[in-house]
Amino acid sequence: MSRKVPQEKYEKTFSYKFKRWLEGYKDPFLDTLEMKSQKAFHEDEEITRLHDEDKEQHLRQLYDIEHNAEVRIFAGIYKVFSVLFCIFLVMMLLIAVSALPPFGEAGNPVNNEVSERYIENGLQETGAVNIVTGMILDYRAFDTLGESHVLFIATCTVLILLRADTKRDQEYGEANDRSHEPKNDVILQTAARILVPPIFIFGIYVILAGHLGPGGGFSGGAVIGAGLILYLNAFGFAKTEKFFTAKTYRRMSFGALACYSIAKSYSFYTGANHIESIIPLGNPGAILSSGLILLLNICVGIVVAGTMYTFYVMFRKGGY
Amino acid sequence: MAFVQNFPFMSIILSLFSGPLCSVLDGKWAKKVNTAVIVIIGLMSSCVLGYVAGLGEPFIYRMGHFPAPWGNEIRVGVLEAFMAVFFCVIMLLSMAGGVRERLLQIEESKQNLYYIMVNLLLCSLLALIYTNDLFTAYVFVEINTISACGLIMIRQNGRTIEAAARYMIMSLLGSGLLLLGICFLYSVTGHLLMSNIRQQVEMLAVSGEYRIPLMVSLVLMSVGLAIKSALYPFHTWLPDAYGYSTVSSAAILSSLVSKGYIFLLIKIFYRVIGFEIICSSKVIHILFVFGVMGMIMGSVSAIKEESIRRMIAYSSVAQIGYIYMGFGLGTEIGVVASIYHVLSHAATKSLLFIAASGLTDASGDSVRYEELHGAGFRHRLAGAAFTVGALSMVGLPMFSGFISKLLFAQAAMGHEYKMLITLIALAVSTILNAVYFMKTVIRIYTPASQDGESKGNRIIHMREQPGKSAALICFVILNLILGLNSEPVIHMIEAGLEMFR
Repeated sequence: MSRKVPQEKYEKTFSYKFKRWLEGYKDPFLDTLEMKSQKAFHEDEEITRLHDEDKEQHLRQLYDIEHNAEVRIFAGIYKVFSVLFCIFLVMMLLIAVSALPPFGEAGNPVNNEVSERYIENGLQETGAVNIVTGMILDYRAFDTLGESHVLFIATCTVLILLRADTKRDQEYGEANDRSHEPKNDVILQTAARILVPPIFIFGIYVILAGHLGPGGGFSGGAVIGAGLILYLNAFGFAKTEKFFTAKTYRRMSFGALACYSIAKSYSFYTGANHIESIIPLGNPGAILSSGLILLLNICVGIVVAGTMYTFYVMFRKGGY
Repeated sequence: MAFVQNFPFMSIILSLFSGPLCSVLDGKWAKKVNTAVIVIIGLMSSCVLGYVAGLGEPFIYRMGHFPAPWGNEIRVGVLEAFMAVFFCVIMLLSMAGGVRERLLQIEESKQNLYYIMVNLLLCSLLALIYTNDLFTAYVFVEINTISACGLIMIRQNGRTIEAAARYMIMSLLGSGLLLLGICFLYSVTGHLLMSNIRQQVEMLAVSGEYRIPLMVSLVLMSVGLAIKSALYPFHTWLPDAYGYSTVSSAAILSSLVSKGYIFLLIKIFYRVIGFEIICSSKVIHILFVFGVMGMIMGSVSAIKEESIRRMIAYSSVAQIGYIYMGFGLGTEIGVVASIYHVLSHAATKSLLFIAASGLTDASGDSVRYEELHGAGFRHRLAGAAFTVGALSMVGLPMFSGFISKLLFAQAAMGHEYKMLITLIALAVSTILNAVYFMKTVIRIYTPASQDGESKGNRIIHMREQPGKSAALICFVILNLILGLNSEPVIHMIEAGLEMFR
């Protein structure tokens, strides 16, 4: 026989609240979540009309479509020729591809001494179990050095275009940041609280184990960048600015790229001058092995994560 | 191994390193770092040039512990080292010539970003010059493209952003075609290193295997690089990009960025495919036709222009046409003429851009052609420098443009069926050049009417703009050196091409 519970005590239990919620009496998010319904987009008829008028006038005055036979003919010819040219290009490329050596055959020109050495001696020479990592960060590290600077310069170009440097732009960005979406979304915050730590840990794992298995700086950095973006979406700029500002990004990317340049300069210099490198290759399979590759992976990871996060922030608000 | 042999690698790494370094500095320090880096690299490259010229043969520098087809390597000959020195000189002078404009036209907080772009651009140019690996070349082509976009749009107004978008679309199309070409070449030869591809291509040419993919890859790479260096039918991005960006950017873009791609194309012709195979293919005829069309059409468009900046920009289209016409002749001396024209155009075009900015300063910042009346009297140095540049472009003896036209004419002599076309195109293009350049020179030396003061006309003395004055004087001297003392330069180009084999 069950014990009788007073009504007030019963109302505090979880099962009562759950039952009420199930029956639709109470919405648990009602007071905790800032609700802001999305406004439907209304077209301002006046502006649309002006826009159309402007466009028409533009076409009429600048090109004078009705009386300008030259432009009309050119537009027609342009359309026809662009289609013809595309067909020609597609045909040319298809013919060229069909004349290429068949895919995956042993006797192809691609299967020569270059890939043979990568596959057969890659483990001994670079110490990396993952041959691809050994290739991009040891055999052909100069290309990867260039590639990580491509990411860096792409970020700089986005900064030129989107960074809000004047006070007016900054205020505008602040005011219009997420104006259509709720802030402090409990669902998102709860999910982020659960998801972000494993995402970060997984990203770090992918970077650190890049020389042991599939992964590396580029993929791991992308994972961490995605985690940062999720965290920012859930908790807003106030939280992320505590540990990630424009200054942090600048210093981190400079540190990572400088570290990469200096480390690789050492190995280029010793390699070219036939000096023995003092960096040990270690036991293949151990986490501290394969010479510089681990360090380079970490550098690349930092650059990639920072790049992804910065792109997101710039497109969203134009500043950290 | 001599210590000097490390210098090409050090100059690449130094410029690469200085890019991120500028991101943590403010604009003033970034400028100092940038100047120092360019000067140091110029000095190191001159040492390399002296060393290679003494050595008499190219040397190969291994990047890392693994030999070439497995690892990366760079290769240094006379022509490469000379180009590196020349590019550094032009870049230093272009940067010095536009100091004031950069301060005015770029937001203060974004000044350091400009120097990041310039440093990485220099790095990519050096890597394109020195590399012996097609894929490395592609990676640095990417850096080159992105930094050029940045240089265009850092002066933020609607025009430059539109120009940058247009440049980006066309340039990425070019990169894509180049990458496709490299992929085709890789799958039929199995190599990315230039020397090894060359061996394989020669074997394939003898056996006749994979003829179609080889030809398609050659076409794709040539067209890709032609788009990126603004050969005539692909030039639509050029006038806006050069005409509206800040003056250092315009000078750097016209005299260095497009020349880097042309140098890569020369390397592909000589080091990757082999010059004999190129000459026996039909691709050079297409380059020849487009080059000749560009020579005429570029000048015609320039005559129609009303803004002096855009006029100079359109003149670039014509000059790029000259260079491709030289390739199209398919002879050694044609390529020598083209390379000489690369040098002479680089030295002259940046001079013209900077002189034009001086003239517009003296005319109330108006680039409109009608308002330049008497600008040559108000800014005497800029007027004189512009006249030198214009005369060089037209091809008057004493100036560098004359030598390159002479070389083109010599190269055309005795050619079976391209001689007449080349000579006629040279004559017509020279007359058209004279029409728009002399028109401008006459206009800037026609005294202005008295109501000029209200428009913002003012007299500018040399001392007011020390950077620009120094740059203009150096450019004029450079032009005269190239024009009066061309023999050693031509010998150097010939020796450099010999080392490409």
